[in-house]
Parts: sequence; structure tokens; C-alpha cells
Amino acid sequence: MTSKQKRKLTEFLFLVPTLLAFLMVIIIPFIYGIFYSFTDWQGTGSFSKMVGFENYKAIFNEPAFLHSFLVTLKFTVINIVTVNVVAFVISLLVTSEIRGRNVYRAGFFVPNLIGGIVLGLIWQFIFSNILPSVGAAIGWDLISKSLISNKDTVMFTMVTVNTWQYAGYIMLIYVAAIQSISKSVMEAAEVDGAKYWTRITKIQIPLMANAFTISLFLTLTNSFKMYDVNVALTNGGPVGIFMNKPVNSSELLALNIYQTAFKYNNMAQGQAKAVLFFVVLTIFSIIQVSYNKSKEVEA
Amino acid sequence: MAKKQPEQIERMAGSIPHPGRRIALEILTLLLFILFMLPFVIVIMNSMRTNAEIINAPVGLPENPANLFQNISDVWNNPTFNFLSACRDSLIITVLSLAAISIFSAMAAWVLVRNKTKWSNLLFLMYVAAMVIPFQVVMFPLLTWFKTVGDFIGIPMLRSYQGIIFAYLGFGEAMSIFIFHGFIKGVPLELEEAADIDGCSRAGTFFRIVFPLLQPVFVTVLVLNGLWIWNDYLLPLLVLGASGDIRTIPLAVQGFNGSFVKQWNLIMVSTLLAMLPIIILYIFAQKYIVKGMVEGSIK
Repeated sequence: MTSKQKRKLTEFLFLVPTLLAFLMVIIIPFIYGIFYSFTDWQGTGSFSKMVGFENYKAIFNEPAFLHSFLVTLKFTVINIVTVNVVAFVISLLVTSEIRGRNVYRAGFFVPNLIGGIVLGLIWQFIFSNILPSVGAAIGWDLISKSLISNKDTVMFTMVTVNTWQYAGYIMLIYVAAIQSISKSVMEAAEVDGAKYWTRITKIQIPLMANAFTISLFLTLTNSFKMYDVNVALTNGGPVGIFMNKPVNSSELLALNIYQTAFKYNNMAQGQAKAVLFFVVLTIFSIIQVSYNKSKEVEA
Repeated sequence: MAKKQPEQIERMAGSIPHPGRRIALEILTLLLFILFMLPFVIVIMNSMRTNAEIINAPVGLPENPANLFQNISDVWNNPTFNFLSACRDSLIITVLSLAAISIFSAMAAWVLVRNKTKWSNLLFLMYVAAMVIPFQVVMFPLLTWFKTVGDFIGIPMLRSYQGIIFAYLGFGEAMSIFIFHGFIKGVPLELEEAADIDGCSRAGTFFRIVFPLLQPVFVTVLVLNGLWIWNDYLLPLLVLGASGDIRTIPLAVQGFNGSFVKQWNLIMVSTLLAMLPIIILYIFAQKYIVKGMVEGSIK
């Protein structure tokens, strides 16, 4: 073997482990997944017949799925706003002249270290035990019953937990962006008499556009794919009514897909939902990133 | 002195001293920080109480903080929770997955950067495109496919270490290759050429010359993948099963929580134990974790 061939062989072997895993874990299941969504697949390796778009027709006529879709959209929109607003405010605070800002930065990130299952359980305790007890003591009716078992407030509980979990991470991105803004720009503005608020809105925010693109993308995908907090905190409950059918009022799409397959044993429809989920998420991500990119300015 | 410089530069951000504003900002930050830390305080407080105490008065200080030890021992010795074995399984899976992801992704990224052919570009683009594929769309077919493959090669891919580690390699490698790719592009070729001329083999060039240079970006890849794998719930739930022999910490917590009538003191202790390893790691490696999270998001 010539040294050139040997070189090629080594390089090929270097690609093999990742390529193999990529094929076996992503590509093949992905192709199967799209294919199965057009069959009456029952979860085993085989299926009995092709059904065309029947699965898709069925899910579009299923109130629980449509409801879940709307709830996920609502959750995503609210969550994007709350996470980013909270994260941005904290990032301004921990880059201001306050003492101990490094400790705060490290502290605000802590909830992000912990998994959604654990966080969901902790907050379930807070919403269903601590707050009602506080509510009863101070005579505040709204919180004297569990906010999780009230279908009008259950969304609020999920947004609270996810904001608490995720804001510290997004804060780090904003902090990095604020720190990369040249100090001389900020000082020049200050010398020119720009007030604190003007400096933030007219200089910092436009110069941080790239950080906003990243943060909005991360919060969008994270919210849309939310699963573990949903399971541990509400598990879809409580029951609500949608299109005259009982539905789980806080069941987000990821949980709905899982339940379709494993609770209701309808693998083919679960898979069709998953394919739709993928398509919608991809479209949203592309729209969001290209919109934000168009707003970015060169610093 | 040298160490203090960034601090001083930073301090100039809000340069003109403004004591009243600083105090106001400090109070606001402190209040927010207390609000953020409150759930952890609640966990610790209620880990020190008996279940009867919590039922009588959900909000309250522990009557006898030493109950903590009794509660920990109850949870620790609980066969459903089996914390020690969950820690062991989480550790095995996280460490081996991280080793596979980081080494194999670095190898592949290096070949893709140094080989400027149509194929390597195409492959790289495929990895980038695959990053948008959500887990949900491949998860059901992955299970049947892993079952088929396992039966075929005679090595179980479901409910086994090798199966879940291989799955994590598949799901983690696209982003890791992307991050390594960006970094290796900036590594000068001269070093490798010199090694080549000195008769170093292609593999030797990579492992002796390139690999050590990748250290800063390894931190990013390890942190991003490590936090995800350690806290992940859905993939272990599917690949390992809720009641399999191998159980990661999130599976154990969720199983424990669902196993009996809610004994909140014990559930709080289980969340406390589950959080402890990662919090301890954060205390020692905070700098690297924050750096890894920020750089991973920006890339």
C-alpha cells in the first residue's frame, strides 16, 4: 500500500464511528419515521398496509391534538417573551456597577444545571402545597387552591418553571454580548449626555442583535420541544373542554405525541404527529432566524 | 494586579459613580436573587421535616432539623429509588458517551476540515442540517430499529449501556462536529505539515499534534453534551425503559415519585440528592461550565 493510500484509509477510518452512529441513530430512523407515518404501523418492525394520508387526516380531526398544538403555540409565545425579558433584565443588573455581580451571575445560572424532572417535582410541591397554604393565610383566594389543578392558571405554572430554569442560561448569552460591546462606545454616549435608558435602547440593544437571534432561537426550540417539566409538573392535567371533547388542558405536543404512541397504542398516528411536529418546528426556526438576521447590524 | 484588570475595565461600564442608583440596583438584584434561590431553600427546609409536619403546615420551619438524616437514610435505602445504583448508571452513561462524542467528533471534524472535497463538504452540510431534526421524529422508529439491529448482531441495543451510549453519540455528534469544525479551521496547517515531513503517520499527526490543541473547545463540547446527557429524561425512558435494570438519576427520581402516595419530605430529599452531584461539580468547575455554555450557544 502506498503512503497516499494509507493516508486515505486512515482518514476514512476516522469518519467511520460518527458516520455509523449518524446513519443508525438519525438517518435510518428518520426515513423509517416518515415512511411509517403513511402506514398502519403498530410499533413492531412490520406493518400490514400503506394508508396514504389517513393518519394525517385523523390527527387533524382529533380535538386533543389540535388543542395540544394551540397550547404549545401559546406556551411557546409566552415563554419566549418571559424568558428573554427576565434574562435581559438580569443581564443588565449583573453587568451594572453593583457589588458581587460575579456571584449573582453564577447563582442565576444554577437552575439550568438541574433536569426538568427534578425541577418539575420541586415546583409541583410549591404550587400545590406551599402557595395554597400562603394563600389561605393571607386570604388570597386565587392561590389558596393549587394553581396546577386550575385549567386557567396551569399555563402560568409551566411558564414560571421554565422561565426560572432557562433565564439563567439566556442571561449568560446576553452578558457575553454586553461585555463584547466596546466600552468606548458606551462612554462616548454617556459623555454626550445619553441617559441610562437611552444608552440601553439606542446602543446596547441594536449592538446585541446577534445575541437576540441566538436567544430567541434557543428559547423557541426549547419551549416548543418542552417535555420533562410538562411530565413532572402537570402531566397534562387538569381536564378541560375543547371542541366539546374532554382534553388535557396542559398537554404540550411532545407529551401528546408520547401518549398517543404509548398510552393509546397508536404508533402510526403518534409518528404522523411527530413528523408534523418536525415540519412546524423547522418552519418556525427558519422564519425566526431569517427575520432576526435581517434586523442585525454590524458593530 | 494583572488579575484585576478585567474587573476594573468592567467597572467603567457604568462609569460615572452614582451611589443612589447603585444601591437601588443592588437591592433589586438581591430581591430577584432571593426569589430565584427560594425553591432550593424550600427543598432543604422540607427535607428536614416529617411528612406529618408538612401536611399540618406546608409553610414552616423544621421542628427537628436532624430529621434530615432519617429522611436521607429512608430515601437512600429505598429499593425503588436505589440512588447509588442510579448514580453509577448515570455516571457510566455520561462519561462514556462524552468520551465517544468528543473523540470521534474531533476525529471526523479534522478529516472534514483538512479534506477539501465535494464529499466532505456534503457530509458536513448533512451534519449541520441534521441538527434541526427533533428527537421526537426519530424516537419511535429508533426503538424498533435498535431492536432489529440488536437481534441481528446479537448484542442488545435496548436496555443496555452500549445501546444508549451509541444513541447519545448519534444525537450529540452533529453539534459537536460543527463546533470542532469551526475551531480546527483556525488551526494553522504548518504544524501538521512538519509532522508529515518528519514521517509521522496520519493518525499520529492527529493524536499527537492536533488533539492537544483542541483543549479549549473540548471544554465546550463536554459541558454542552454533559449537562444534556446527565439531565436527559426522554431518551433513557425509551431506550432503557422506566423499570429496566439500568436507570439514570432522572428515571429513578420519576419512578420514586410515582411509586407511592406523595410523601413530600422524601420526594424533596430525592430531589436534593439528585441535584447534589451536579451542584458540587458546578462549585468546582463553574468557570468552565459557564464558558462552555456561552461558547456553545454562540457557535
